[in-house]
This record gives sequence, structure tokens and C-alpha cells, in this order.
Amino acid sequence: MLKSVFEGNVNYLQVLDENGEVDVTLFPSDLKDEQVVEMYRQMCFARAMDAKVLSLQRQGRAVTYAPLIGEEATQVGSALAMRDGDYFVPNFRQHAVFAARGMPLDLILIYWRGYEEGLAIPESVKALPYIVPVASQLPHAAGIAFSQRYNKTDNATITYVGDGGTSQGDFYETLNFAGVFKLPLVTIIENNQWAISVPRSRQSAAQTLAQKGFAAGMDVVQVDGNDVIAVYKAVKDALEISKEAPTLIECVTYRMGMHTTADDPTKYRSEDEVAEWRMKDPISRLKKYLVKKALWNDGLEETMQEGQKKTIDAALEKAEAFKPDPKSIFEHVYSYMPDVLKEELDAAVESNFYEE
Amino acid sequence: MLTNMVGALNNALELILKENDKAVILGEDVGKDGGVFRVTDGLIDKFGSNRVIDTPLAESVIIGASIGMAINGMRPIAEIQFAGFMYCGFEQLINHAARYRSRTRSKCTVPMIVRTPVGGGVRTLEHHSDSPEAYYSHIGGLIVVEPSNPYDAKGLLIRAAHLDDPVVFLEPTKLYRLFKQEVPEESYEVPIGKASVVSEGDKLTIVTYGTMVPLVKDVVSSKKVSAEIIDLRTINPLDESTILESVKKTGRLVIVHEAELSFGVGAEVAARVAEKAIFELSAPIIRVGSHSFPYPFPGYENYYIPNAVKISKAIDKVLSV
Repeated sequence: MLKSVFEGNVNYLQVLDENGEVDVTLFPSDLKDEQVVEMYRQMCFARAMDAKVLSLQRQGRAVTYAPLIGEEATQVGSALAMRDGDYFVPNFRQHAVFAARGMPLDLILIYWRGYEEGLAIPESVKALPYIVPVASQLPHAAGIAFSQRYNKTDNATITYVGDGGTSQGDFYETLNFAGVFKLPLVTIIENNQWAISVPRSRQSAAQTLAQKGFAAGMDVVQVDGNDVIAVYKAVKDALEISKEAPTLIECVTYRMGMHTTADDPTKYRSEDEVAEWRMKDPISRLKKYLVKKALWNDGLEETMQEGQKKTIDAALEKAEAFKPDPKSIFEHVYSYMPDVLKEELDAAVESNFYEE
Repeated sequence: MLTNMVGALNNALELILKENDKAVILGEDVGKDGGVFRVTDGLIDKFGSNRVIDTPLAESVIIGASIGMAINGMRPIAEIQFAGFMYCGFEQLINHAARYRSRTRSKCTVPMIVRTPVGGGVRTLEHHSDSPEAYYSHIGGLIVVEPSNPYDAKGLLIRAAHLDDPVVFLEPTKLYRLFKQEVPEESYEVPIGKASVVSEGDKLTIVTYGTMVPLVKDVVSSKKVSAEIIDLRTINPLDESTILESVKKTGRLVIVHEAELSFGVGAEVAARVAEKAIFELSAPIIRVGSHSFPYPFPGYENYYIPNAVKISKAIDKVLSV
């Protein structure tokens, strides 16, 4: 006997195309005009903030930074689909998700200036901090989702991983764990085509990264990650079924900048490729849509830009006024101060804590 | 109640789950099978499969998901079937469990326990006999505990379940059923970070822990030597003051552990004593440990781990100076 025992099909979702035209049959019925305007504002804010941190890094006023330019739709669309009480677990690039979920901007800047205090995230933001080792954050997201279900809440956890991260063991272990326990977990692959210098084609021979979810028994979808409305819809739909099942969403987007400020993309990819993706820019296509619908104009744009600049400058002023306390690196290792550590602290205060 | 270490741990887990409804046990075969060493035996019947959770066979997500659960208010107690399989979850412990508190300035804390059997001497298959305490102690941020008897095992586990820190709880396989001891029925704590002086003496100090404790006691009693035996119980943070106090009294130090000799806990203890009490010493410090290479197959294990002869010779040598 020979019979088919599994069939999988990956749908690709796009609502808003590169010319700002929407597929009305797919447009989310609950999405109001002012929410779409808010998406635009958030994406513009993310890009402005990103440019600011990048320039701070170039001036030596921030540490190595991972820019998000090009990935605004994936981040803002998913963030705005989240509900009160939903948790999110980022990697190291989800600055726009943090901002959209109410993370104080000065904390984000304190982190990128090199201080742990920036990750003292207020409880109201419901997020784990930036996590650098690729895909190692995913098991934590599964654990948060597990606790949400254990505590009988209706909330879910949304987590992010790059295309490179889908090659990691923790990616498979997490999907598998979430599938077995039917956890309220939405895993978003922010497929920006490049893991530093290694292209998507070198990460996997699979046609889509979304199909990796089939092996864990979960629903999957591939989304135009530069279409903020499609991302919003996919995440909203996933959250709606999250009480019953986890979902894997692949957002196909593009990293317009470098992986981090420590690499030069011209070394490993062509300008033609970048130019092609520039045509698919997430912000300009939404602007076309809004202008066509008379929801946006140059005056609004100007006012918005001025306001956002003020917000960023104020946050930067606050972040740069932050006074680090070297004792703090000793004070949060354990819930108490062991004698052996106290001795090291006392010695450090005497020998290498000094006023710069 | 008179019980061995398996019974004491089982009883501790039952008390922890009873007193805290956010506490859960998760791991491979911890449910119906009760764990391969039966430490969780019967708990699924008492608390149900929501709290005694058989997971997929995947150590990294067992530890990693426990971290997420702990951060969001639960009290996970993960079991890793053997210490030799825990390296798959090593990254989660080193990169995350050890750091969350510090990197979030105590906004995210990780109150969790990872239990795993350690050590050899029971003729198990390869990779089932490792002694990894130094790996987990080196990083800082993790608490590393290793009991040597049923009473301490129960009290340390209950203490660990009350701490707001990640605890790596190492259980010596060889001692699981080696002997029984009178253990109180009710809940009690044994302090973490505090060594126990097993026997007092004035000729030499022997610092040891885990599987080596009963062996050291036997050797000392058969040699009728006045040795002060210190059972560390907690590897990290180290109870330095108990060690120094004893060494200042006896002037001689032997350190005995089952883990590989090089770069181990013995080196740490010796270095601290050398830094702070070298002029109180009458003889060089001697370390006794397994040889400095990975654990051999069971047919050769008795040539690898310290035995009574080796410990006895070390005592003779330190006393001969």
C-alpha cells in the first residue's frame, strides 16, 4: 500500500501592493482608517529612531547597533495586532515593536549606549529584553506562553526570529514543544533575506521557511513582510486561534541596512538587489494608499516629523543624562549578596571604581 | 521517616508542589514513569499531568521554557535525565538563566531549579556519569548545589524552591539508594551557601562533597585520624569562611572530588586557601580527583574515579610533612 498521509500548502498573503493598492476582499474588516494612519506614524517613527541610533553609533555615542530599516511593516504590523496583556519576546532588532508597545524610548537608548538599566522594562510593556544569541529566545517565549495557559489567561506570546535563526536547534525545539502542548504562541519569522553575509538560500533548501511549522503540526502562513496590513491581519488571525493552537508566520521582508554597524553589506550583496527591494518599501507604499484615500498630506507629514524629532531628542537627552553606577553590576547577580561576591565588590570599589 | 535520597527528594518535591500551586515539574519520563531513577514517582497521580509534565525529548527547550515560565511567575522544577545530556541546555543556563536578573536589573528573575543526576561508580553506559559542577559554577549567576545524604537533599531542595534564583541541583547517582537516614516528615530548609562540618578534627581538613563524602568518612574512620571533614553541599557560592576557619585550625588541607582534577572545584578551593591562609599551612595542599580526561566506559571507571587507597595516600602524604 502506498498512500499520501500528509498534505501541506503554504498561502502567501498580500493586502497592500507596492503601488498602494489594496485587495479589498482581504482588507481586515475591523481595521479603521485612524489605525492605518497610526501604522504609518509608527513606521515613520521607527525609521527616524533607527537613523538616530545609527548616527549616534557612528559618532561613538552608542555601541554596535542592529538597524531595522526596511523591516518596519513586519514589526509595526505585528505590534499593533497585539492585544492588552499579550507578551512579546524579541531578538535584537525589534526596536519598532518595543516602541509601538510603549517601551520608554530613553530606555531603548540607554541599552544601545551600553547599560543594563535600559533593559529594566516596565511591567506594562509585557516584553522580555533584547536577546542576542540567535533563536535562543524562542524557548523562553514557549515558557511564557505555557505560563499564560497555566494561569488560565486568554493572552498569547508573540516572538520573533530571523531567517538565520530558523536553522537553529532552539527554533525546532520550540516549535515542537509549542505544537505538543498547543501553546498560545505566535512565532514570526522576520525573513530579511540575510544572516549577516549569508543569504536565505544558504539557510535552507525549503521553498518557504513557513513550511517548517508543518513538522510541528502547526498552522503556517507566508506574508508580504513589507505590507503592514497583511502582517497585521496574519498576526490578528493567529492571535484569534492562539487559545487552541500555535502559529508560524513567515514575513518576507528585506534588511535594507547592515546586519549591525560592524559589517559592510556592499561586500556580500549587489546594489541591484537592494534597489529592487527599495521599490517595495513598506513606508512609501502605505503613504501612497493614505494619500489616495485623503488620509494624509504634506502638512500632516511635516507636523509628524517635527513631533517625532522632538520626542527622540528628548529621549536622547534623558538617556545621555543617565548616570551609571558600577556597583550595580554586582548587585543583581543573585537575589542576595553572597559573602564571596561582597568581598570582590569591596575590593573593586577600592581599586578600579574611579571617577572618569 | 527512614528514607534514602530518592525518597527524600520525592518527599521534598511533593511538599514543594503542595505549598506552591505555581510549582511544576517538567522533563523526560517524569510523569507515569516517575523519572528513570523514580525521584518523581507517584507525583503525577497526586498532582496531575498539568503539574508533572512529560515533555518532548529536547533538553534545550526544557530548560529554556522553564526560564520563560519562571520569569512569568511560575516555579518550574526541570529534570534533565542525566548530567551528560544537559549540555544541550547549557546555552540556556549560561547565556540566559545566569544573566536575566543582572541584565534586566532584577526586573526579570528566574526562580527555577534544574535537577540532574551526576557522577559515576554505578556501571552505567557512557555519558551517564559526568560531574559537571565546575562548568555551572564558573559563570556565576547560577547557584550550584550537590547534597551527599537524604537529610541535606530534602532540605536543600526545599530551600532552592524558596530562593528567587536559578539553582542547578546535582544529585549523585551513586548515593540515591546507597543508605537510609532519618528525615523529618515536614518541610524544612538546609541553608544554601553553607558547608557542613561532617566531623571535627585537628590534624587535617578534608574538603569534599557529593559521592566522595561517604567514602572520605570511611577512610578517615578506618585510619583513626583526627580529620575535619567539610561537606561543601553548595558549590557556588562557595562557603569560604568555613573552609578557612578549619584550615587555620588544622594547618593541612586535602580536597577530594569525583570530578576531573584539572580546572575543577579543588583548584578553586586550593587557590582561595593559598591566597588567604598559606602561612597557616604546614604542608602543601593536595587535590584528589578523577583523571584529567573524559569519563571512561564503565569497565574502566574504577581506574578513573578516586578510591579509598588514593584518598588514604593523600592523607598520609599531607600528614608526612
